[in-house]
Amino acid sequence: MQVRFEGTVHVFGDAVDTDMIVPGKYLTLIEPAKIAEHVMEGSDPTFAKRVRPGDIVVAGKNFGCGSSREHAPVGLKAAGVSVVVAESFARIFYRNAINIGLPLLEVKGARETFQSGDRASVDLSSGEVRNARDSATLRGPGLSSQALSILEAGGLVEVVKHKLAARARPA
Amino acid sequence: MPPLTLAEKILARKAGRAAVSPGEIVEVPVDVVMAHEACAQAVKPFREMGATRVWDKSKIVIPIDHWVPASSDTAARLHKIIREFVREQGIPHFYDVGNHGICHQILAEEGFVLPGDLVVGSDSHTNMLGALGSFATGVGPTEIAAIFATGEIWLKVPESIRVVVTGRLRPPVSSKDVVLAVLREITCEGALYRSVEFEGPAIAAMEMWERFTLTNMTTEMGAKTGIIAPDGKTVAYLRACDVKNGRRGEIAGRAGLRADTGATYGRTVTVDGSSLEPLVAKPMSPDNVSPLREVEGTPVDQVFIGSCTNSRYEDLEIVARTWRGKKVSPNCRVIVTPASTSIYKRALADGFAKIFTDAGAVFTASSCGACFGGHGGIVGDGEVCASTTNRNFVGRMGHPGGKVYLMSPAAAAATALEGKIADPRRYAGRNGARRAAVAAKPARRAARTRPKAKARR
Repeated sequence: MQVRFEGTVHVFGDAVDTDMIVPGKYLTLIEPAKIAEHVMEGSDPTFAKRVRPGDIVVAGKNFGCGSSREHAPVGLKAAGVSVVVAESFARIFYRNAINIGLPLLEVKGARETFQSGDRASVDLSSGEVRNARDSATLRGPGLSSQALSILEAGGLVEVVKHKLAARARPA
Repeated sequence: MPPLTLAEKILARKAGRAAVSPGEIVEVPVDVVMAHEACAQAVKPFREMGATRVWDKSKIVIPIDHWVPASSDTAARLHKIIREFVREQGIPHFYDVGNHGICHQILAEEGFVLPGDLVVGSDSHTNMLGALGSFATGVGPTEIAAIFATGEIWLKVPESIRVVVTGRLRPPVSSKDVVLAVLREITCEGALYRSVEFEGPAIAAMEMWERFTLTNMTTEMGAKTGIIAPDGKTVAYLRACDVKNGRRGEIAGRAGLRADTGATYGRTVTVDGSSLEPLVAKPMSPDNVSPLREVEGTPVDQVFIGSCTNSRYEDLEIVARTWRGKKVSPNCRVIVTPASTSIYKRALADGFAKIFTDAGAVFTASSCGACFGGHGGIVGDGEVCASTTNRNFVGRMGHPGGKVYLMSPAAAAATALEGKIADPRRYAGRNGARRAAVAAKPARRAARTRPKAKARR
């Protein structure tokens, strides 16, 4: 599994809720590529057009608060976002992201350290985030072993697939 | 054995252990799993997992609620995927258009949840079912698929926050005002990953319909769950329900669930119910709470009375009492949307529908539509909406330029009459009369709480 990422940063504020990430009117969409066309629309309508594969989202506190819509991490991932770094995450968004294989990292002070357009490097295993502009380095607690194991498996679908296969195997 | 909070006690029992402590991961069996339209998104991962049959079809409840009846061809496609999956798997507890309701209300009034249960739903407000003494939490569709396939979920045992509500509420001050007061203290991130557990004399005095509003909005605090220990009122509510899956006999055995004396709470928040006044959450966050009087007179373009937070029968009754013989302001449009079809039918039978429509309001079928900006009451750019719902983030009810004030049904009813945010205490003779009348006739009250629509297709 990829644990190191480098990319161009897009900075967002505190309490970016799921209505900003994917507004309610798009929730009947199920194709990831179609959801990606509207991602972050409630906060920055130009984001979906500007984001490039490998880009990194950096945000403040309580990123992804609000609804349980999986559209939020699905849209970010399908738009090409490689990893989301925030001061803290809302719990359902956190689970959804890990389940669908979008890496996250909780790092205090991240939002103040970055400006949109900076290049960042992120290491999931060490929990370290570095700003290429001024070499500022921050370190968070890293992913929990539970979250890491799901990401390593390639998401929750793969975890359950293995579990069901193991159960089906004769003892 | 260490003393346990409600969340710890329920998870320990589910894990088959004497105790669990915050931070540990437990893999636990789910008692009830609910999926609304997100079920359509769970079908693909369910198949990709290699699953062919759901683990236990009797424990799955599928109420469609977000776009009912289908408001677009893409919504119709979701419903079609769900109906096909329900048919294929033979899932008995499916609530389709005409028999529908907001998912959490369906789980409550249809008797799917008992104290001590682990309830997982595809909606963030699943926390609401914690008012029945369950550990109820929301997840996304891939996780729903995993539960469909295995019947299990991993959970990190949450730290608990205790909320003590003392004193006695003075109507029209309601449980909505209580939960807004708690949000003001805890904020939208103060209970992240935590369990919020309510107790105190003002909670004990509340009926179930009022308690649901409290646990419902623990979601806005970031909480994993919100729980109220069962008591006589919980038991009476459940006995009045058509308890599903042959579990009626389990009610009494589940009623003794309590937090242990000396349990460890990360924080205790105390709210004095006696000194509470009507509150609002101002745009653009549910924790942006202030006394209603500070924004009184703010003109509104729309009033919405609905959602899983505040559109139960008794909420609508407060509105009907406030509006009887009156007209809503011509300066705003007013929409009333009940939490379920059974509430809709009772509102028709008891004359509320006539009061609402004679007053000039729209009385719609049950739906989540307006609350999440889906359909049936969208707020336009620059418009102001007074709403009994749970969230007022940017763009929540429609255009990002819209502004939403969250408030109680009594406050929304008063606001509808004036076309501007109004203090419900000026109408207290009407909307407060219920509690006095009810106190004098407890038997009649119990009968009213009973979900009446039992006939199912």
